[in-house]
Amino acid sequence: MPKTQSPAIDLGPAEKILSEMKNTEPDSLIPILQKLQEAYGYLPVPVLKWVSGQTGIPTSRMHGVITFYTQFHTKPHGRHTVRICEGTACHVKGSPRISERISKELEIEPGATTKDMRFTFEIVACMGTCFLAPVMMVDEDYYGQLKPDKIKSILEKYE
Amino acid sequence: MTYPVIAYPDDLEIFRKRITAEKVSRKQILLCMTGCRALGAEEVGKAFHEKLRMAGLEEEFEIIETGCHGQCSRAPVLLIEPEHFLYGGVSPDDVDEIIEKTLKGGLPVARLCADADGNTTADPDELPFFQHQSKEVLKNCGRVDPRKLESAVAAGAYQAAARALTKMSPEEIIDEVLNSGLRGRGGAGFLTGQKWRFCRRAEGEQKYLICNADEGDPGAFMDRALLEGNPHQIIEGMIIAAFAIGASRGFIYVRAEYPIAVEHITIASEQARACGLLGKNIFGSGFSFDIEIRMGAGAFVCGEETALIASLEGERGMPSPRPPFPAVKGFKGMPTNINNVETLANVPLIIEKGKTWFSAIGTPDGRGTKIFALAGKVINTGLVEVPLGATLRRIVFDIGGGIPGGRTFKAAQIGGPSGGCIPDEFLDLPLDYESVKELGAIIGSGGLIVMDDRTCMVDMARFFLDFVQKESCGKCVPCRVGTQHMVNLLTDICSGRGRPGDIKKLEDLSGVVKKGSLCGLGQTAPNPVLTTIRYFRKEYEAHINDGRCPAGVCKNLIEYSIIAEACRACGKCIKVCSVDAIRGEKKTPHIINPALCIRCGECMDVCPFDAVAVK
Repeated sequence: MPKTQSPAIDLGPAEKILSEMKNTEPDSLIPILQKLQEAYGYLPVPVLKWVSGQTGIPTSRMHGVITFYTQFHTKPHGRHTVRICEGTACHVKGSPRISERISKELEIEPGATTKDMRFTFEIVACMGTCFLAPVMMVDEDYYGQLKPDKIKSILEKYE
Repeated sequence: MTYPVIAYPDDLEIFRKRITAEKVSRKQILLCMTGCRALGAEEVGKAFHEKLRMAGLEEEFEIIETGCHGQCSRAPVLLIEPEHFLYGGVSPDDVDEIIEKTLKGGLPVARLCADADGNTTADPDELPFFQHQSKEVLKNCGRVDPRKLESAVAAGAYQAAARALTKMSPEEIIDEVLNSGLRGRGGAGFLTGQKWRFCRRAEGEQKYLICNADEGDPGAFMDRALLEGNPHQIIEGMIIAAFAIGASRGFIYVRAEYPIAVEHITIASEQARACGLLGKNIFGSGFSFDIEIRMGAGAFVCGEETALIASLEGERGMPSPRPPFPAVKGFKGMPTNINNVETLANVPLIIEKGKTWFSAIGTPDGRGTKIFALAGKVINTGLVEVPLGATLRRIVFDIGGGIPGGRTFKAAQIGGPSGGCIPDEFLDLPLDYESVKELGAIIGSGGLIVMDDRTCMVDMARFFLDFVQKESCGKCVPCRVGTQHMVNLLTDICSGRGRPGDIKKLEDLSGVVKKGSLCGLGQTAPNPVLTTIRYFRKEYEAHINDGRCPAGVCKNLIEYSIIAEACRACGKCIKVCSVDAIRGEKKTPHIINPALCIRCGECMDVCPFDAVAVK
């Protein structure tokens, strides 16, 4: 069997993940997908097909799970991820205005990635940091008590 | 530190004595390294380490990285002991002064003591924010280092588990918890002891215990704080619960959005396993139990028990009809008991101090304390623990310090998307399970969002319905289709397209969705709509009949203008306007062009003279 179906995708990380997991039964599908996404940045279809062959978990079932949970995505993400919190406290404190400004600055709607692959823009339900409301995260960095006019300078920090 | 093997209760006591004996009495800097990280706690910690090392004072002063102290609005927060000074808003630049003045001199740094209420005392016990609380479950949160077992053990961790496993029978534990009156802290408020008994009596060769840490309610963060701040308390609660129901395997299902919680509970479970507190024959009792940590993947509905089980089984997280209840047929078809994080955190306290102590706190309907996550338009945001039966006034005004900017309290949204809005006329009502239910809300997980006169209640209802609509798994029609129609109606009302009769339609649909939905998500989804109609009907009518949003929020129904007499022509609004809708020269009042204005409200926020009006 050829090692890869698509020369662009390296199956090495997937092989390592499966060999290190104690349990690759279907009930471990979510942890498997989480580890794959962590390694690849997204869930490439050729990798999923290979994992399906190894574990016996049908790709149709994988598709069902991937499309159900917001965490999973099958397309590459931008270099940076901007997450705006749309929780209750953030909403009351004006997060829709922040969200509009991010869309305007990046020229994309929530859920999309900029053409230059610099940013992916996501809305999350609640980050559990309501005391920072309204709050956003760029990668691992928190920005709290936001005002729309702060957005531009924050985004400029990320190349 | 290498951990000893703790095979019997005596080993735990020996370990605890060893730690307390080794502990030289040093001054301690207890720095929150969880929620406060978002506002620079790591940098403050680094500065302390560096400066103390440079001054050769590392041995004298101990830096302890803790969980949440509770007063999140003052982040980054640190506590200095034994002086018992609480500092907020600390930056690395303050570190030198803290070392000189407080650590060496024993005096407070006044400017770091000032909280948003205008209090300037260094002693947190004298701050109204803490004075009006009863910290029981959160007692060691902010006190212990969550990444060190020895820190938890020194504070008494695992003593209740040792007692339960070696001196009590499972039935005795269940009786104790049942008679304490502890009810689930995750939402439905079912009696915990009762739930355990069902599972204990169910037949099955393998039983499971699941800790539900999928804290998805927007506006709730107490489970996050408990997992981050004192994870051993949760593991201890799980050991006792598992022993009581006879489960040998456990799961902690935790939100992936909480990376620090995942990290701390993982470390804690590894430590517990390393010394035999998890694994085979715990405390020599013959009872074996171990835990696996699973991360959620971003689906609100997975907080529902049957959906959570489906997710653990590697399926789409969709709920199933009950009965059969998980206690009879749960994970992999086996009897399964699911408890929320805060519920499990209460268990060691009940075993340690007894049911009589516990049931003396709270009201006949709600025993013990409840942690509320206080946020929104309130001065002191943070985590607040009060006896069940405390009034909203105590939480929002005595502890929370009231509403910022001199505005007025309008309502509190309690219980997240399943809860409802409680208006000011009920500020003095004791909050417990039944009283809140009568108002049309639920205590739920304890998210409490404060709203002022500039919050539109129709917009709030739309916000929650939009949330549950997006999170609806789609399995049952009333929830999938019903909530969509409700969102459409509410969106119409908010954009000025409301029609007479819409309120009635919303009420009718609410009834159908409540009665017909399969799980708690749909059954409670209409609560925010029904409570806002019940208490703020006039606001709905103003939108529909007069095309007016009284709170000045709904964009299609408002217009901004500048009051010429109040305007000092400072130009701040012109600078901040992103669409150049404001014109004005020096010394002449500015004017907003309504045709260009996108109603973002920036000018109103920036105006120092309150010269921008909305109507």
